[in-house]
Amino acid sequence: MKELNHEAPTFHLFGLTFNTSNVMMITIASIIVFIIAVLGSRSLQMRPTGMQNFMEWLIDFVKGIINSTMDWKTGERFLTLGLTIIMYIFVSNMLGLPFAIAIDHELWWKSPTADPTITLTLAVMVVVLTHFYAIKVKGAKSYGSDFFKPMKFMFPLKIIEEFANTLTLGLRLYGNIYAGEVLLALLAGAGAAGIFSGILTFVPMLVWQGFSVFVGTIQAFIFTMLTMVYMAHKVSDEH
Amino acid sequence: MQFLNPDSLIVGAGGFFAGDMLYQLLAFIVLLFLLRKYAWGPLMGIMKKREEHITNEINEAETSRKEAQAYLDEQTEALKEARKEAQALIESAKKQGEQQGEGILQAAREEAVRMKEAALSEIEREKEQAVQTLRNEVATLSVQIASKVIVKELDEKSQEKLVDDYLKEVGESR
Repeated sequence: MKELNHEAPTFHLFGLTFNTSNVMMITIASIIVFIIAVLGSRSLQMRPTGMQNFMEWLIDFVKGIINSTMDWKTGERFLTLGLTIIMYIFVSNMLGLPFAIAIDHELWWKSPTADPTITLTLAVMVVVLTHFYAIKVKGAKSYGSDFFKPMKFMFPLKIIEEFANTLTLGLRLYGNIYAGEVLLALLAGAGAAGIFSGILTFVPMLVWQGFSVFVGTIQAFIFTMLTMVYMAHKVSDEH
Repeated sequence: MQFLNPDSLIVGAGGFFAGDMLYQLLAFIVLLFLLRKYAWGPLMGIMKKREEHITNEINEAETSRKEAQAYLDEQTEALKEARKEAQALIESAKKQGEQQGEGILQAAREEAVRMKEAALSEIEREKEQAVQTLRNEVATLSVQIASKVIVKELDEKSQEKLVDDYLKEVGESR
């Protein structure tokens, strides 16, 4: 895949290497999410209108996700996490759709979630959080004994499961968004080749962008859903 | 297929950088706390407030409904009572009226009987009086007839005298 890649703009700080475009897109996505959320909760009223309605619908939606995986008493604390995840990932997925910007073969504007570094970071964060809350809610002893249930020899499988969860959670999101952007870039490249191909690729471009919006939304939902499923798996008592 | 030249594609990223991970983690945590403070907190607060408000309203409605039901029951009871009372009143008035009517009728009947009796006795009295008068008259007449008969049998002399007497009598009465 190396030939598909543009160079990534980088800089070094504190002995660490940063992908400048990633840093920029993460910041932009975060700022957009923050602006949307603050606009939606700026003038709160008992009788909600406009943006407040949307935000309350989103809260109810994430509440529904949590309620479908665990009981509300344990799930309540994850509401803000779920809301932030779903909004951040949705906005990130959408960012790469309208256009991509490359300067001197360095890719600057793209979805931050089209980079496995970002999605795996989010996935690791989620899985670490599940372990953290498992210890916090159930106590270290119960948390530890969960690795040997239902049978002792399951322990290695349980360990593998954790890594598998992390990998699939991160790579699923990355794969979907990356694939979407690859095809968009292909179509855009094809369309730019001439007037005829431009007309020819216009409709598939439109269709694929619509589909990417759909995929981006679904992936944001799936990521949040799986976060809550893993969380419930660790936190609730039945397992 | 020149447009499919991979070099013309704008996708992908270059490699894993620890800096990216750190930055993403930091950005997400900062975003999480900022949103919790400025968006989710107030939003959930108002949602909770609305929920409480609605609960209160429902409770209040329930209470007032119960109160209304109690009032309604009370009113129904009162109405029933009033109706019963009215019924009793009407009943007693009817009875009283009947009694009064009966009394009036009785009195009228007695009066009629009394009047009839009075009339009868009056008639009897009148009849007796008439009979008495008639009897007197008859007596007088018979005496007169008798005297006339006697006079007729008188002799010439005494007849003359009698005529004279009569004449005299008549003359006197004129």
